[in-house]
Amino acid sequence: MSVIIENLTKMYGLQKAVDNISFEVKTGEVVGFLGPNGAGKSTTMKIITCFMAPDAGDIRLGNLSIHSNADEIKRKIGYLPENNPLYGEMAIVEYLRFCAEIHGVDKKEIPQRIGSMIEKCGLDREKHKKIQELSKGYRQRVGLAQAMIHDPEILVLDEPTTGLDPNQIVEIRKLIKELGKEKTVILSSHILSEVEATCDRILIINRGRIVADGSSETLRHQAQGQEVLTVRIEHDNGNHVVKKLTALATVERAMPLDDKKEFYTVQSKPDSSSRKAIFDLCVENKWYLLEMTGTETRLEDVFRELTN
Amino acid sequence: MNKIWIITRRELAGYFDSLIAYVIIILFLGLTGYFTWIYQTNVFVAGQADLRVFFGWAYWTLFIFTPAITMRSLSDENRAGTFELLATKPISDFEIVIGKFLAALLMMLAAMACTIPYYITVANLGSVDHGSVLGGYLGLLLVVAAYASIGIFTSSITNNQVVALLTSWVLCFFFHFMFGLSSSAFSGIMADLLNYLSVQTHFNSLMRGVIDSRDLIFFISIVFGGLFLAKTVLSKRNWTN
Repeated sequence: MSVIIENLTKMYGLQKAVDNISFEVKTGEVVGFLGPNGAGKSTTMKIITCFMAPDAGDIRLGNLSIHSNADEIKRKIGYLPENNPLYGEMAIVEYLRFCAEIHGVDKKEIPQRIGSMIEKCGLDREKHKKIQELSKGYRQRVGLAQAMIHDPEILVLDEPTTGLDPNQIVEIRKLIKELGKEKTVILSSHILSEVEATCDRILIINRGRIVADGSSETLRHQAQGQEVLTVRIEHDNGNHVVKKLTALATVERAMPLDDKKEFYTVQSKPDSSSRKAIFDLCVENKWYLLEMTGTETRLEDVFRELTN
Repeated sequence: MNKIWIITRRELAGYFDSLIAYVIIILFLGLTGYFTWIYQTNVFVAGQADLRVFFGWAYWTLFIFTPAITMRSLSDENRAGTFELLATKPISDFEIVIGKFLAALLMMLAAMACTIPYYITVANLGSVDHGSVLGGYLGLLLVVAAYASIGIFTSSITNNQVVALLTSWVLCFFFHFMFGLSSSAFSGIMADLLNYLSVQTHFNSLMRGVIDSRDLIFFISIVFGGLFLAKTVLSKRNWTN
Protein backbone atom coordinates (compact mmCIF):
# COMPACT_ATOMS: atom_id res chain seq x y z
CA MET A 1 0.00 0.00 0.00
CA SER A 2 1.42 3.35 -0.97
CA VAL A 3 1.47 6.40 1.27
CA ILE A 4 0.82 9.79 -0.28
CA ILE A 5 1.77 12.90 1.68
CA GLU A 6 0.25 16.07 0.31
CA ASN A 7 1.24 19.62 1.27
CA LEU A 8 1.68 18.73 4.90
CA THR A 9 2.18 21.64 7.31
CA LYS A 10 2.41 21.58 11.08
CA MET A 11 3.10 24.56 13.30
CA TYR A 12 4.32 24.57 16.88
CA GLY A 13 3.28 28.03 17.95
CA LEU A 14 4.75 30.32 15.34
CA GLN A 15 7.41 27.89 14.24
CA LYS A 16 6.82 25.71 11.22
CA ALA A 17 7.92 22.21 12.20
CA VAL A 18 6.81 20.78 8.85
CA ASP A 19 6.55 23.17 5.95
CA ASN A 20 4.43 22.13 3.00
CA ILE A 21 5.95 18.69 2.46
CA SER A 22 4.73 16.43 -0.35
CA PHE A 23 6.01 13.02 -1.37
CA GLU A 24 4.86 9.50 -2.10
CA VAL A 25 6.11 6.21 -0.72
CA LYS A 26 5.33 3.26 -2.95
CA THR A 27 4.39 -0.21 -1.87
CA GLY A 28 7.38 -2.23 -0.75
CA GLU A 29 9.72 0.73 -0.66
CA VAL A 30 12.06 1.34 2.27
CA VAL A 31 12.36 5.09 2.69
CA GLY A 32 14.74 6.81 5.08
CA PHE A 33 14.10 10.23 6.56
CA LEU A 34 17.36 11.91 7.16
CA GLY A 35 17.86 15.23 8.84
CA PRO A 36 19.45 17.01 11.75
CA ASN A 37 17.67 17.01 15.10
CA GLY A 38 14.54 19.14 15.01
CA ALA A 39 14.20 18.98 11.23
CA GLY A 40 10.61 17.71 11.38
CA LYS A 41 11.16 13.97 10.93
CA SER A 42 9.34 12.88 14.07
CA THR A 43 6.55 15.37 13.55
CA THR A 44 5.90 14.02 10.06
CA MET A 45 5.82 10.49 11.45
CA LYS A 46 3.46 11.48 14.24
CA ILE A 47 1.08 12.85 11.64
CA ILE A 48 1.34 9.77 9.41
CA THR A 49 0.50 7.55 12.39
CA CYS A 50 -2.52 9.73 13.28
CA PHE A 51 -1.12 10.82 16.62
CA MET A 52 -1.41 14.49 15.74
CA ALA A 53 -3.50 16.32 13.21
CA PRO A 54 -1.66 18.55 10.72
CA ASP A 55 -2.46 22.26 10.36
CA ALA A 56 -2.82 21.80 6.62
CA GLY A 57 -2.48 19.06 4.05
CA ASP A 58 -3.45 15.43 3.96
CA ILE A 59 -2.00 11.95 4.08
CA ARG A 60 -3.65 9.22 2.08
CA LEU A 61 -3.29 5.45 2.09
CA GLY A 62 -5.11 4.21 -0.96
CA ASN A 63 -8.45 5.94 -0.63
CA LEU A 64 -8.17 6.44 3.13
CA SER A 65 -7.42 9.89 4.53
CA ILE A 66 -6.09 10.75 7.99
CA HIS A 67 -8.89 13.27 8.36
CA SER A 68 -11.76 10.86 7.97
CA ASN A 69 -10.41 7.30 8.32
CA ALA A 70 -7.92 7.55 11.20
CA ASP A 71 -9.07 4.27 12.73
CA GLU A 72 -8.58 2.23 9.55
CA ILE A 73 -5.21 3.86 8.92
CA LYS A 74 -4.04 3.05 12.46
CA ARG A 75 -4.88 -0.60 11.80
CA LYS A 76 -2.64 -0.68 8.74
CA ILE A 77 0.34 1.00 10.38
CA GLY A 78 2.84 -0.38 12.86
CA TYR A 79 4.64 2.38 14.73
CA LEU A 80 7.79 2.50 16.79
CA PRO A 81 7.86 5.96 18.38
CA GLU A 82 11.04 7.87 19.15
CA ASN A 83 12.64 6.70 22.44
CA ASN A 84 10.53 3.52 22.26
CA PRO A 85 8.12 4.03 25.16
CA LEU A 86 6.93 0.77 26.77
CA TYR A 87 5.01 -0.32 29.86
CA GLY A 88 7.95 -1.37 32.03
CA GLU A 89 5.91 -3.27 34.58
CA MET A 90 4.48 -5.70 32.05
CA ALA A 91 6.08 -8.96 30.93
CA ILE A 92 6.97 -9.17 27.23
CA VAL A 93 4.36 -11.78 26.36
CA GLU A 94 1.70 -9.99 28.35
CA TYR A 95 2.53 -6.69 26.66
CA LEU A 96 2.44 -8.16 23.17
CA ARG A 97 -0.93 -9.72 23.95
CA PHE A 98 -2.23 -6.33 25.09
CA CYS A 99 -1.07 -4.69 21.84
CA ALA A 100 -2.56 -7.48 19.72
CA GLU A 101 -5.91 -7.19 21.50
CA ILE A 102 -6.10 -3.43 21.05
CA HIS A 103 -5.34 -3.89 17.38
CA GLY A 104 -8.26 -6.27 17.21
CA VAL A 105 -6.25 -9.32 16.17
CA ASP A 106 -8.50 -12.37 16.17
CA LYS A 107 -8.41 -14.06 19.62
CA LYS A 108 -7.49 -17.45 18.19
CA GLU A 109 -4.57 -16.03 16.22
CA ILE A 110 -3.02 -14.07 19.08
CA PRO A 111 -0.85 -16.84 20.60
CA GLN A 112 0.51 -17.73 17.20
CA ARG A 113 1.23 -14.06 16.34
CA ILE A 114 3.04 -13.56 19.65
CA GLY A 115 5.07 -16.70 19.01
CA SER A 116 6.15 -15.61 15.58
CA MET A 117 7.08 -12.09 16.77
CA ILE A 118 9.16 -13.51 19.60
CA GLU A 119 10.97 -15.71 17.17
CA LYS A 120 11.44 -13.03 14.51
CA CYS A 121 12.77 -10.47 16.97
CA GLY A 122 14.95 -12.94 18.87
CA LEU A 123 13.17 -12.52 22.22
CA ASP A 124 12.86 -16.18 23.09
CA ARG A 125 15.28 -16.25 26.02
CA GLU A 126 13.74 -13.22 27.70
CA LYS A 127 10.08 -13.67 26.92
CA HIS A 128 8.82 -13.98 30.51
CA LYS A 129 10.88 -11.11 31.87
CA LYS A 130 9.37 -7.76 32.70
CA ILE A 131 10.18 -5.09 30.17
CA GLN A 132 11.90 -2.88 32.75
CA GLU A 133 14.41 -5.65 33.41
CA LEU A 134 15.53 -5.78 29.78
CA SER A 135 18.61 -4.20 28.25
CA LYS A 136 18.17 -1.42 25.74
CA GLY A 137 18.70 -3.71 22.77
CA TYR A 138 16.00 -6.09 23.89
CA ARG A 139 13.59 -3.26 24.62
CA GLN A 140 14.13 -2.05 21.08
CA ARG A 141 13.23 -5.52 19.83
CA VAL A 142 10.08 -5.47 21.95
CA GLY A 143 9.25 -2.11 20.38
CA LEU A 144 9.64 -3.61 16.92
CA ALA A 145 7.65 -6.69 17.90
CA GLN A 146 4.70 -4.58 19.11
CA ALA A 147 4.83 -2.54 15.91
CA MET A 148 4.49 -5.70 13.81
CA ILE A 149 2.15 -7.73 16.01
CA HIS A 150 -0.91 -7.06 13.86
CA ASP A 151 0.96 -7.70 10.61
CA PRO A 152 0.61 -4.14 9.28
CA GLU A 153 1.24 -3.21 5.67
CA ILE A 154 3.20 -0.13 6.63
CA LEU A 155 5.88 0.24 9.27
CA VAL A 156 6.85 3.64 10.63
CA LEU A 157 10.03 3.47 12.68
CA ASP A 158 11.33 6.58 14.38
CA GLU A 159 15.07 6.16 14.98
CA PRO A 160 14.94 2.39 15.37
CA THR A 161 18.62 1.91 16.28
CA THR A 162 19.36 4.68 18.78
CA GLY A 163 21.17 3.48 21.85
CA LEU A 164 22.08 0.07 20.48
CA ASP A 165 25.58 -1.40 20.39
CA PRO A 166 27.17 -2.07 16.98
CA ASN A 167 26.19 -5.75 16.92
CA GLN A 168 22.60 -4.96 17.74
CA ILE A 169 22.53 -2.22 15.12
CA VAL A 170 23.60 -4.72 12.47
CA GLU A 171 20.92 -7.16 13.62
CA ILE A 172 18.13 -4.59 13.64
CA ARG A 173 19.16 -3.35 10.20
CA LYS A 174 19.08 -6.88 8.89
CA LEU A 175 15.61 -7.28 10.36
CA ILE A 176 14.42 -4.05 8.74
CA LYS A 177 15.84 -5.10 5.37
CA GLU A 178 14.06 -8.40 5.75
CA LEU A 179 10.79 -6.64 6.54
CA GLY A 180 11.25 -4.27 3.63
CA LYS A 181 10.84 -7.15 1.23
CA GLU A 182 7.12 -7.42 1.94
CA LYS A 183 6.18 -4.19 3.68
CA THR A 184 6.39 -0.48 3.09
CA VAL A 185 8.84 0.92 5.61
CA ILE A 186 9.39 4.55 6.57
CA LEU A 187 12.24 5.04 9.01
CA SER A 188 14.05 8.05 10.33
CA SER A 189 17.59 8.48 11.45
CA HIS A 190 20.36 10.96 11.74
CA ILE A 191 22.94 8.29 11.12
CA LEU A 192 23.89 8.37 7.47
CA SER A 193 25.44 4.96 7.13
CA GLU A 194 22.24 3.53 8.53
CA VAL A 195 19.91 4.89 5.89
CA GLU A 196 22.51 4.10 3.28
CA ALA A 197 22.60 0.48 4.42
CA THR A 198 18.87 -0.09 4.78
CA CYS A 199 16.92 2.25 2.51
CA ASP A 200 16.04 2.16 -1.18
CA ARG A 201 15.37 5.85 -1.11
CA ILE A 202 16.48 8.74 1.04
CA LEU A 203 14.64 11.94 1.85
CA ILE A 204 16.75 14.63 3.43
CA ILE A 205 14.70 17.02 5.53
CA ASN A 206 15.89 20.32 6.88
CA ARG A 207 13.86 22.93 8.74
CA GLY A 208 10.62 21.23 7.80
CA ARG A 209 11.34 21.05 4.08
CA ILE A 210 12.54 18.26 1.81
CA VAL A 211 15.92 19.29 0.43
CA ALA A 212 16.84 16.10 -1.39
CA ASP A 213 15.09 12.98 -2.59
CA GLY A 214 16.59 9.92 -4.26
CA SER A 215 18.70 6.80 -3.79
CA SER A 216 22.06 7.18 -2.09
CA GLU A 217 23.83 6.92 -5.47
CA THR A 218 21.74 9.64 -7.07
CA LEU A 219 22.26 11.94 -4.15
CA ARG A 220 25.99 11.39 -4.20
CA HIS A 221 26.13 11.90 -7.90
CA GLN A 222 24.10 15.11 -7.71
CA ALA A 223 26.40 16.54 -5.10
CA GLN A 224 29.59 15.40 -6.74
CA GLY A 225 29.18 16.81 -10.26
CA GLN A 226 32.89 17.04 -10.94
CA GLU A 227 35.50 14.31 -10.82
CA VAL A 228 38.16 14.69 -8.14
CA LEU A 229 41.32 12.58 -8.33
CA THR A 230 44.22 12.06 -5.98
CA VAL A 231 47.45 11.34 -7.84
CA ARG A 232 50.94 10.45 -6.69
CA ILE A 233 53.76 11.30 -9.03
CA GLU A 234 57.43 10.79 -8.23
CA HIS A 235 59.18 14.08 -8.98
CA ASP A 236 61.42 16.51 -7.10
CA ASN A 237 59.85 19.71 -8.24
CA GLY A 238 56.23 19.80 -7.08
CA ASN A 239 55.46 23.18 -8.58
CA HIS A 240 56.53 22.01 -12.00
CA VAL A 241 54.17 19.04 -11.83
CA VAL A 242 51.29 21.22 -10.71
CA LYS A 243 51.92 23.61 -13.57
CA LYS A 244 51.93 20.79 -16.12
CA LEU A 245 48.80 19.21 -14.62
CA THR A 246 46.90 22.51 -14.68
CA ALA A 247 47.84 22.92 -18.31
CA LEU A 248 45.87 19.81 -19.29
CA ALA A 249 42.72 20.52 -21.28
CA THR A 250 40.32 18.64 -19.00
CA VAL A 251 41.71 19.90 -15.71
CA GLU A 252 40.11 22.76 -13.88
CA ARG A 253 42.35 22.87 -10.83
CA ALA A 254 45.40 21.04 -9.54
CA MET A 255 47.27 21.50 -6.28
CA PRO A 256 49.65 19.64 -4.03
CA LEU A 257 48.02 17.72 -1.21
CA ASP A 258 48.75 19.63 2.00
CA ASP A 259 50.64 17.21 4.16
CA LYS A 260 51.94 14.54 1.82
CA LYS A 261 54.90 14.84 -0.49
CA GLU A 262 54.36 13.74 -4.12
CA PHE A 263 50.56 13.75 -3.75
CA TYR A 264 48.32 16.08 -5.76
CA THR A 265 44.58 16.72 -5.96
CA VAL A 266 43.20 17.20 -9.44
CA GLN A 267 39.70 18.46 -10.10
CA SER A 268 38.35 17.95 -13.61
CA LYS A 269 36.09 20.27 -15.53
CA PRO A 270 32.35 19.41 -15.36
CA ASP A 271 31.39 16.24 -17.27
CA SER A 272 34.90 15.23 -18.17
CA SER A 273 37.58 12.86 -16.90
CA SER A 274 41.28 13.57 -16.66
CA ARG A 275 42.48 10.06 -15.90
CA LYS A 276 43.84 9.27 -19.36
CA ALA A 277 45.34 12.71 -19.86
CA ILE A 278 47.28 12.47 -16.59
CA PHE A 279 48.59 9.04 -17.55
CA ASP A 280 49.70 10.31 -20.96
CA LEU A 281 51.36 13.33 -19.36
CA CYS A 282 53.43 11.07 -17.12
CA VAL A 283 54.46 8.83 -20.01
CA GLU A 284 55.44 11.84 -22.07
CA ASN A 285 57.66 13.30 -19.32
CA LYS A 286 58.91 9.92 -18.11
CA TRP A 287 57.50 10.50 -14.62
CA TYR A 288 56.53 7.56 -12.48
CA LEU A 289 52.83 7.53 -11.76
CA LEU A 290 52.55 5.71 -8.43
CA GLU A 291 48.90 6.16 -7.58
CA MET A 292 45.69 7.52 -9.02
CA THR A 293 42.44 7.24 -7.06
CA GLY A 294 39.05 8.84 -7.48
CA THR A 295 37.72 10.57 -4.39
CA GLU A 296 34.13 9.61 -3.83
CA THR A 297 31.75 12.10 -2.29
CA ARG A 298 30.44 10.62 0.87
CA LEU A 299 26.82 10.92 1.89
CA GLU A 300 28.08 12.83 4.90
CA ASP A 301 29.27 15.60 2.60
CA VAL A 302 25.97 15.72 0.76
CA PHE A 303 24.14 15.89 4.03
CA ARG A 304 26.28 18.65 5.48
CA GLU A 305 26.09 20.68 2.33
CA LEU A 306 22.29 20.46 2.21
CA THR A 307 21.54 21.04 5.86
CA ASN A 308 24.00 23.74 6.80
CA MET B 1 -16.80 -1.61 24.62
CA ASN B 2 -14.34 -4.40 24.02
CA LYS B 3 -11.44 -1.96 23.74
CA ILE B 4 -12.45 -0.12 26.88
CA TRP B 5 -12.36 -3.42 28.70
CA ILE B 6 -8.84 -4.20 27.39
CA ILE B 7 -7.62 -0.92 28.90
CA THR B 8 -9.52 -1.54 32.15
CA ARG B 9 -8.06 -5.02 32.51
CA ARG B 10 -4.51 -3.78 32.00
CA GLU B 11 -4.99 -1.02 34.57
CA LEU B 12 -6.47 -3.41 37.12
CA ALA B 13 -3.59 -5.84 36.61
CA GLY B 14 -1.27 -2.87 37.19
CA TYR B 15 -2.94 -1.99 40.50
CA PHE B 16 -2.61 -5.52 41.78
CA ASP B 17 0.92 -6.10 40.44
CA SER B 18 2.23 -2.91 41.99
CA LEU B 19 0.64 -3.84 45.34
CA ILE B 20 -1.11 -0.46 45.53
CA ALA B 21 -4.44 -2.32 45.39
CA TYR B 22 -3.60 -4.36 48.49
CA VAL B 23 -2.27 -1.34 50.35
CA ILE B 24 -5.44 0.63 49.65
CA ILE B 25 -7.76 -2.25 50.56
CA ILE B 26 -5.92 -2.95 53.82
CA LEU B 27 -5.79 0.71 54.82
CA PHE B 28 -9.44 1.19 53.95
CA LEU B 29 -10.52 -1.85 55.94
CA GLY B 30 -8.20 -0.96 58.81
CA LEU B 31 -9.37 2.64 59.14
CA THR B 32 -13.09 2.03 58.69
CA GLY B 33 -12.92 -1.12 60.82
CA TYR B 34 -11.21 0.68 63.69
CA PHE B 35 -13.68 3.54 63.70
CA THR B 36 -16.72 1.32 63.20
CA TRP B 37 -15.96 -1.32 65.80
CA ILE B 38 -13.33 -0.09 68.24
CA TYR B 39 -13.17 3.70 68.54
CA GLN B 40 -15.28 5.42 71.26
CA THR B 41 -18.11 6.28 68.89
CA ASN B 42 -18.40 2.72 67.57
CA VAL B 43 -21.52 0.88 66.48
CA PHE B 44 -22.13 -0.58 69.95
CA VAL B 45 -22.12 2.83 71.61
CA ALA B 46 -24.63 4.17 69.08
CA GLY B 47 -26.87 1.28 70.07
CA GLN B 48 -28.56 1.07 66.70
CA ALA B 49 -28.24 -1.73 64.17
CA ASP B 50 -27.13 0.36 61.23
CA LEU B 51 -23.96 1.24 59.39
CA ARG B 52 -24.11 5.04 59.75
CA VAL B 53 -20.84 5.11 61.65
CA PHE B 54 -19.16 3.06 58.93
CA PHE B 55 -20.54 5.19 56.10
CA GLY B 56 -19.47 8.37 57.87
CA TRP B 57 -15.86 7.20 58.07
CA ALA B 58 -15.82 5.52 54.67
CA TYR B 59 -16.96 8.82 53.17
CA TRP B 60 -13.73 10.46 54.33
CA THR B 61 -11.46 7.49 53.75
CA LEU B 62 -12.54 7.14 50.14
CA PHE B 63 -12.04 10.86 49.62
CA ILE B 64 -8.40 10.35 50.63
CA PHE B 65 -7.79 7.14 48.66
CA THR B 66 -9.62 7.58 45.36
CA PRO B 67 -7.25 10.28 44.03
CA ALA B 68 -4.34 8.07 45.12
CA ILE B 69 -5.65 5.36 42.82
CA THR B 70 -6.22 7.64 39.82
CA MET B 71 -3.11 9.82 40.12
CA ARG B 72 -0.96 7.58 37.93
CA SER B 73 -3.51 6.73 35.30
CA LEU B 74 -2.70 9.34 32.66
CA SER B 75 0.18 11.28 34.22
CA ASP B 76 2.37 8.21 33.96
CA GLU B 77 1.47 7.68 30.32
CA ASN B 78 2.38 11.31 29.69
CA ARG B 79 5.67 10.94 31.53
CA ALA B 80 6.78 7.69 29.90
CA GLY B 81 5.52 8.66 26.45
CA THR B 82 3.40 5.52 26.28
CA PHE B 83 0.38 7.65 25.55
CA GLU B 84 1.73 8.13 22.03
CA LEU B 85 1.88 4.38 21.66
CA LEU B 86 -1.69 4.00 22.86
CA ALA B 87 -3.03 6.86 20.77
CA THR B 88 -1.59 5.45 17.55
CA LYS B 89 -3.46 2.21 18.05
CA PRO B 90 -7.04 1.95 16.84
CA ILE B 91 -8.66 3.23 20.02
CA SER B 92 -10.18 6.65 20.69
CA ASP B 93 -9.07 9.05 23.40
CA PHE B 94 -12.47 8.75 25.06
CA GLU B 95 -12.23 4.96 25.16
CA ILE B 96 -8.83 5.27 26.86
CA VAL B 97 -10.25 7.68 29.45
CA ILE B 98 -13.30 5.54 30.17
CA GLY B 99 -11.18 2.39 30.41
CA LYS B 100 -8.97 4.00 33.04
CA PHE B 101 -11.98 5.39 34.92
CA LEU B 102 -13.68 1.99 35.07
CA ALA B 103 -10.52 0.40 36.40
CA ALA B 104 -10.33 2.91 39.26
CA LEU B 105 -14.01 2.43 39.98
CA LEU B 106 -13.77 -1.37 40.04
CA MET B 107 -10.70 -1.18 42.23
CA MET B 108 -12.55 0.92 44.82
CA LEU B 109 -15.60 -1.29 44.47
CA ALA B 110 -13.42 -4.26 45.41
CA ALA B 111 -12.31 -2.39 48.54
CA MET B 112 -15.93 -1.63 49.42
CA ALA B 113 -16.99 -5.23 48.75
CA CYS B 114 -14.59 -6.29 51.50
CA THR B 115 -16.79 -4.48 54.03
CA ILE B 116 -19.83 -6.69 53.38
CA PRO B 117 -18.99 -8.71 56.54
CA TYR B 118 -19.68 -5.48 58.49
CA TYR B 119 -23.16 -5.51 57.08
CA ILE B 120 -23.68 -9.16 57.91
CA THR B 121 -22.44 -8.60 61.47
CA VAL B 122 -24.73 -5.64 62.05
CA ALA B 123 -27.65 -7.52 60.52
CA ASN B 124 -27.10 -10.21 63.16
CA LEU B 125 -27.09 -7.66 65.96
CA GLY B 126 -30.57 -6.33 65.33
CA SER B 127 -33.04 -5.45 62.63
CA VAL B 128 -31.30 -3.40 59.96
CA ASP B 129 -32.88 -0.89 57.62
CA HIS B 130 -31.73 -2.60 54.43
CA GLY B 131 -32.80 0.30 52.27
CA SER B 132 -30.57 2.74 54.07
CA VAL B 133 -27.58 0.37 53.88
CA LEU B 134 -28.07 -0.11 50.15
CA GLY B 135 -28.49 3.63 49.74
CA GLY B 136 -25.30 4.17 51.71
CA TYR B 137 -23.31 1.81 49.54
CA LEU B 138 -24.75 3.35 46.38
CA GLY B 139 -23.81 6.76 47.79
CA LEU B 140 -20.23 5.65 48.43
CA LEU B 141 -19.99 4.22 44.94
CA LEU B 142 -21.22 7.48 43.40
CA VAL B 143 -18.85 9.55 45.54
CA VAL B 144 -15.97 7.35 44.38
CA ALA B 145 -17.10 7.66 40.76
CA ALA B 146 -17.20 11.45 41.02
CA TYR B 147 -13.76 11.69 42.63
CA ALA B 148 -12.27 9.13 40.25
CA SER B 149 -13.37 11.18 37.26
CA ILE B 150 -11.93 14.35 38.82
CA GLY B 151 -8.77 12.36 39.55
CA ILE B 152 -8.51 11.15 35.95
CA PHE B 153 -8.89 14.73 34.77
CA THR B 154 -6.12 16.08 37.01
CA SER B 155 -3.96 13.16 35.97
CA SER B 156 -4.40 14.13 32.33
CA ILE B 157 -3.07 17.66 32.75
CA THR B 158 0.35 16.73 34.13
CA ASN B 159 3.12 14.18 33.85
CA ASN B 160 3.75 14.21 37.56
CA GLN B 161 1.79 11.92 39.89
CA VAL B 162 2.19 14.17 42.92
CA VAL B 163 0.80 17.17 41.07
CA ALA B 164 -2.12 15.02 39.94
CA LEU B 165 -2.77 13.80 43.48
CA LEU B 166 -2.63 17.22 45.12
CA THR B 167 -4.78 19.00 42.54
CA SER B 168 -7.43 16.31 42.69
CA TRP B 169 -7.50 16.48 46.49
CA VAL B 170 -7.97 20.24 46.32
CA LEU B 171 -10.74 19.98 43.71
CA CYS B 172 -12.48 17.12 45.49
CA PHE B 173 -12.19 18.91 48.85
CA PHE B 174 -14.41 21.70 47.55
CA PHE B 175 -17.16 19.25 46.64
CA HIS B 176 -16.51 17.11 49.65
CA PHE B 177 -16.55 19.72 52.37
CA MET B 178 -15.98 23.36 51.38
CA PHE B 179 -19.21 23.94 49.44
CA GLY B 180 -21.29 22.49 52.26
CA LEU B 181 -19.40 24.48 54.87
CA SER B 182 -19.59 27.81 53.05
CA SER B 183 -23.28 27.44 52.21
CA SER B 184 -24.12 28.39 55.80
CA ALA B 185 -22.38 31.72 55.31
CA PHE B 186 -24.83 32.70 52.58
CA SER B 187 -28.56 32.87 52.28
CA GLY B 188 -31.07 32.56 49.47
CA ILE B 189 -30.06 31.27 46.05
CA MET B 190 -26.31 31.27 46.78
CA ALA B 191 -26.82 29.03 49.79
CA ASP B 192 -29.01 26.70 47.71
CA LEU B 193 -26.45 26.53 44.96
CA LEU B 194 -23.56 25.77 47.30
CA ASN B 195 -25.70 23.26 49.08
CA TYR B 196 -26.53 21.57 45.80
CA LEU B 197 -22.84 21.41 44.85
CA SER B 198 -21.92 19.77 48.13
CA VAL B 199 -21.36 16.04 47.81
CA GLN B 200 -22.22 15.70 51.49
CA THR B 201 -25.81 16.83 50.90
CA HIS B 202 -26.42 14.20 48.23
CA PHE B 203 -24.60 11.49 50.11
CA ASN B 204 -26.67 12.13 53.25
CA SER B 205 -29.90 11.92 51.32
CA LEU B 206 -28.84 8.61 49.73
CA MET B 207 -27.76 7.29 53.10
CA ARG B 208 -31.31 7.80 54.37
CA GLY B 209 -32.29 5.19 51.81
CA VAL B 210 -33.97 7.70 49.52
CA ILE B 211 -32.82 7.37 45.94
CA ASP B 212 -33.67 10.69 44.38
CA SER B 213 -33.00 11.42 40.71
CA ARG B 214 -31.60 14.85 41.64
CA ASP B 215 -28.81 13.16 43.56
CA LEU B 216 -28.10 10.73 40.75
CA ILE B 217 -28.02 13.53 38.18
CA PHE B 218 -25.59 15.46 40.36
CA PHE B 219 -23.09 12.61 40.56
CA ILE B 220 -23.47 11.57 36.95
CA SER B 221 -22.84 15.15 35.79
CA ILE B 222 -19.60 15.32 37.77
CA VAL B 223 -18.50 11.97 36.34
CA PHE B 224 -19.15 13.00 32.75
CA GLY B 225 -17.75 16.47 33.32
CA GLY B 226 -14.47 15.07 34.61
CA LEU B 227 -14.14 12.44 31.89
CA PHE B 228 -15.02 14.91 29.17
CA LEU B 229 -12.41 17.38 30.44
CA ALA B 230 -9.78 14.62 30.54
CA LYS B 231 -10.61 13.61 26.98
CA THR B 232 -10.42 17.24 25.87
CA VAL B 233 -6.98 17.65 27.44
CA LEU B 234 -5.74 14.53 25.63
CA SER B 235 -7.17 15.65 22.29
CA LYS B 236 -5.58 19.08 22.60
CA ARG B 237 -2.56 17.77 20.65
CA ASN B 238 -4.77 17.69 17.56
CA TRP B 239 -5.83 21.29 17.71
CA THR B 240 -4.59 23.34 14.83
CA ASN B 241 -3.35 26.89 15.07
